[in-house]
Amino acid sequence: MLNRRNFLKASAIAAAAGAGLPGLSGSATAASGGARRHVVIVGGGYGGATTAKYLRMWSKGKVDVTLIERNAQFVSCPISNLVIGGLKQIEDITVSYDNLVSKWGVKLITDEATAIDVEKQSVTTAKHGTLHYDRVVLSPGIDFVPERIGGLAGNEERIPHAWKAGPQTVTLRKQLETMPDGGVFAMHIPRAPYRCPPGPYERACLVANYLREAKPKSKVLVLDANGDIQSKKALFSQAFERYGALVEYVPNSALQSVDAATLTAELEFDSIKADVLNVIPPMRAGDIATKSGLPLVNDAWVDVDWLTLEAKGMPGVHVIGDALFPAPTMPKSGHMANQHGKVVAAAILNLFEGLPPNPTPVVMNTCYSFVDSRNVVHVASVHQYDADKKQPMPVSGAGGLSPMANEIEAKAALAWARNIWADMLA
Amino acid sequence: MRTRSFIAALGLLALSGGLHAQDPNLARNLAATCANCHGTNGHSVGGMDSLAGESKEKLMQKLADFRSGDKPATIMHQIAAGYTDEQLDLITTWFAEQK
Repeated sequence: MLNRRNFLKASAIAAAAGAGLPGLSGSATAASGGARRHVVIVGGGYGGATTAKYLRMWSKGKVDVTLIERNAQFVSCPISNLVIGGLKQIEDITVSYDNLVSKWGVKLITDEATAIDVEKQSVTTAKHGTLHYDRVVLSPGIDFVPERIGGLAGNEERIPHAWKAGPQTVTLRKQLETMPDGGVFAMHIPRAPYRCPPGPYERACLVANYLREAKPKSKVLVLDANGDIQSKKALFSQAFERYGALVEYVPNSALQSVDAATLTAELEFDSIKADVLNVIPPMRAGDIATKSGLPLVNDAWVDVDWLTLEAKGMPGVHVIGDALFPAPTMPKSGHMANQHGKVVAAAILNLFEGLPPNPTPVVMNTCYSFVDSRNVVHVASVHQYDADKKQPMPVSGAGGLSPMANEIEAKAALAWARNIWADMLA
Repeated sequence: MRTRSFIAALGLLALSGGLHAQDPNLARNLAATCANCHGTNGHSVGGMDSLAGESKEKLMQKLADFRSGDKPATIMHQIAAGYTDEQLDLITTWFAEQK
């Protein structure tokens, strides 16, 4: 057991040797400060699960962490397009929360958080009462606003979004399997910003890859509310071209309404009858963020202080991941949410110590997309905190794209998934 | 007492690393940005290089070669270019110390 004197001795020795001191400074306060601190995390996705593990790891178990997550298991959105394309099974993208509990000592509550009380510093859950927190981290992802498309709300079994991995992923896959050869798969992409900028284009490719093999008379129709492909444009354009007449990309195609009975999509000047209709609805920060009285940008996204990831005007309430109003060129991605999780964990531990947050945080993003069963393209970026702009800015001259789709990065993409799932949950 | 000792330790850290006022866990925090792909604390679970326990010299040489293009890469040349020399020095020192 490390007492304070030994800790300080160890600090001095390690410091003299030029070493960093991972974790130990986090343990000193809680060990000497009396009352244990409690962090409640809402949402066990890429952001929240990472925060939970890193708070426990970096505090050497001295900070109590409760994770509230509504699903019993983690199901990954990245790689879920491979399930829809028939290249993976849902089990392949499902990971248990068991290690967070047994190895890292996170208290897991399988429930829904229904309200945050900033004054009382408490989170209310649907079935497990109210929890007091010293700091709360909301990693709520996104929720949909289907009401903005006529006829869509309440019809997600018939017209799946499959934009939260899980049962919807399986529903969409089953619809593709029963679609007749010669059928039309129509998908709709909402206006940016939305979760996972390259994701819809990867999905179009992997559905086309499946149909080319299994139902070659069919068609993939990509109805994009945006004026152009939102990520990896040249690479996805090349991929669409390789599919020939199988894929048709139609920009500026904002969906006005749908008819769930006939699977008809109504555009401003056109009406399309589909056999499988996959509508990714407009979205905004997850419901707990929008219901908690957090000030929202564009009535959709949470504005934060980028050093602490605290919501502006809401002391003690930190928000990370897809729910954020992003810094310039920062994508809404699982990888980025994981990076936010580490920044917020470090900031909270510093604040518990009475130290300022790290003044120079760095986050980076890596995103792989499959364009067929064997070839992958990436986009990467590094974002350094800019003290003048008070937000992370992309480093010019760093990051970039694959020169072309290639098989080497298919292995990298799957290795990325294994490693990031382990970084969050193992 | 605690604060003073902490600051003393921090002072030593600053002297040894030639660094000015910075977060006491900066190296740890920077290294954590690599963990998504290279594993928590640099322990890859497969398919990516583990960085834990690798010599600092070897890691710095690899990063320099990625940046210069001497070592072919799919993505690391683009990522390495996003960090300062001082940051890469901290990161490689930290990984070299991991068991």
